[in-house]
Amino acid sequence: MRPLALSHFTATSAIGRGLEATLAALRARRGALAPCAFETVALETWIGEVPQVDALRLPAPLARFECRNNRLAQLGLAQDGFIAAVEACAARYGPHRIGVFLGTSTSGTLQTELAYRRRGPDGALPQDFLYASTHNPFSLGDFVRRSLALAGPAAVVSTACSSSAKVFGSAARLIETGVIDAAVVGGVDSLCLTTLYGFHALQLVARDPCRPFDVARDGISIGEAAAFALLEPLGSDAPPGTVRLTGIGESSDAYHMSSPHPEGLGARAAMLAALAEAGRRPEDIDYINLHGTGTPSNDAAEARAVASVFGTRVPVSSTKGATGHALGAAGALEAVISALALRHALAPAGINTTTPDPALAVDYLTDNRAQELSCVLSNSFGFGGSNCSLLLERACG
Amino acid sequence: MAECAPSRLNAYVRAIGVLGPGLRDWPSAAAVLAGREPYTPQPTETPPPVTLPPAERRRIGATVRLALSAAQQALAATDLDVAQLATVFAASGGDGAICHEFCATLASSDRQISPTRFHNSVHNAASGYWSIAMRSTAPSTALSAYDGSFAAGLLEALAQLTVRTAPVLLVSYDSAYPEPLHAKRPIAAAFACALLLVPRPETGARARIEARLVQAPGDTLEEEPLESLRRGVPAARGLPLLRQLARGERGRVVIDYLSGLQLALEVVP
Repeated sequence: MRPLALSHFTATSAIGRGLEATLAALRARRGALAPCAFETVALETWIGEVPQVDALRLPAPLARFECRNNRLAQLGLAQDGFIAAVEACAARYGPHRIGVFLGTSTSGTLQTELAYRRRGPDGALPQDFLYASTHNPFSLGDFVRRSLALAGPAAVVSTACSSSAKVFGSAARLIETGVIDAAVVGGVDSLCLTTLYGFHALQLVARDPCRPFDVARDGISIGEAAAFALLEPLGSDAPPGTVRLTGIGESSDAYHMSSPHPEGLGARAAMLAALAEAGRRPEDIDYINLHGTGTPSNDAAEARAVASVFGTRVPVSSTKGATGHALGAAGALEAVISALALRHALAPAGINTTTPDPALAVDYLTDNRAQELSCVLSNSFGFGGSNCSLLLERACG
Repeated sequence: MAECAPSRLNAYVRAIGVLGPGLRDWPSAAAVLAGREPYTPQPTETPPPVTLPPAERRRIGATVRLALSAAQQALAATDLDVAQLATVFAASGGDGAICHEFCATLASSDRQISPTRFHNSVHNAASGYWSIAMRSTAPSTALSAYDGSFAAGLLEALAQLTVRTAPVLLVSYDSAYPEPLHAKRPIAAAFACALLLVPRPETGARARIEARLVQAPGDTLEEEPLESLRRGVPAARGLPLLRQLARGERGRVVIDYLSGLQLALEVVP
């Protein structure tokens, strides 16, 4: 593929609203997981909740989209001048020439969960419950497309925890084939009872703040996030230091619905495909932002995959100890964190992890490492054996 | 929008699978769509997918079964290496039965939900089970664009095929939700179609299709009850394309996608 510029990007998660707060938290090794006090959830676990999401109201013309997921989307869009950047892009190419490709696993599921508590005597859902503009996966795409006054093609990818990594591929292919000139990509996932109780049922939730790659890791901490990027062809006038997307690798495990292939074969295939697409060799990679969920089997499989491609040379970490696992938004959130890592020469530590598991043969960072980075890989793997690796680059100096 | 510019999004339709109310496979659907047979809607009959291991076969719900059966129809007469075949699964929403069960449970005092049902609730359940059944390690995606999900899936499939110059299987499917969700999302029936798209005019290819985005009204099917099916199930929004393929005639169809944007397809047998 021809490299694309991440000409603008932003992220909002439990560690902060926007890039400045996100970078400050990473630099300070400051996590944001807290004991779960979300809604009426009675589970002993820690979560990465974005504060004040439900205090927001959507603009009146978009009131039918009211739900936590779209409020979080709006909060995310409002940071870092992202809306203005999209407006300028639309003025350049025309609103029909800009696509919207977003990932989510939850969409507005919480809205339906709440509506079920208000069923009438006949079992009917309340009048004010609007399925299409809240719960349906495309609610997110429709809301963002309308919020940004864009008129190009759109879709929501929902492949569990790889969703918002795979959207970079969907958008890049439509740019490559000339169907669109640019795209808004990203992911939004929000806390809801289905994911909290569902991961608990699978016994994949940590009791304490999650500790990816730690010898005593015991599961995930669920988080939420909204992260967006504007993808455009890399023009000759691109500012020096522009972060570029040069490779996207996708694969399927073909193994199990909720357990990774134990040898990490799918993860390995995704990373190799991203390298091949970018024309890069393993030794070109300076840092890997792992999927690193913190479950014993996920981390073991990913470590085997990473070691089989890169050996132990490349510093790696999971930022989920800080943000929690943002599920369908994790891919976009961590792509943005990887872009920040490139821009600010910072390989961020995996916090909470005190004793990296010696059985996992990788160079796991428990401290921040300040170093120039020019090639960074970001991994996202999901249920159904859905794998995606993104390769981001930046010219140093 | 540059509607006159040549589109790079084109492919050959190698094989088709269809399952729907009164439509048991592509030959029976083609006879109805071409006007050779009358259309008599009956509840959709979904055979169990033949290729899933017994343990997996027990775990899957009706919606995944529907998707996999349509996909298998499309591949029945091909000798493609399925393990290398990229797939695009397009559905308006996730499994309605599981969603209802979870929301009812989570609204009650006992919030224990089934772990197996939880991993089956993901939008990419069909994609995951397909890769397991077919031992396919190829890229697979699962997407939604609400009522425009068929068009979104076809656009994704054509873009993948064009960029990778490799076959892609598109599977578009939706099934009815139980009450009380049905009242809020009245999907009329279970319907699925699968299109095996290939980059070159292989023996047996039915037609070449070329896609572009347009701002023009989507085609309708004049005859009832086919038009009710098209309107009533997001996956059935692809019926105008299937009808053109069934007729074996050259022509242009426009299928519903998003507000203010549709997908036009030039069909050349």
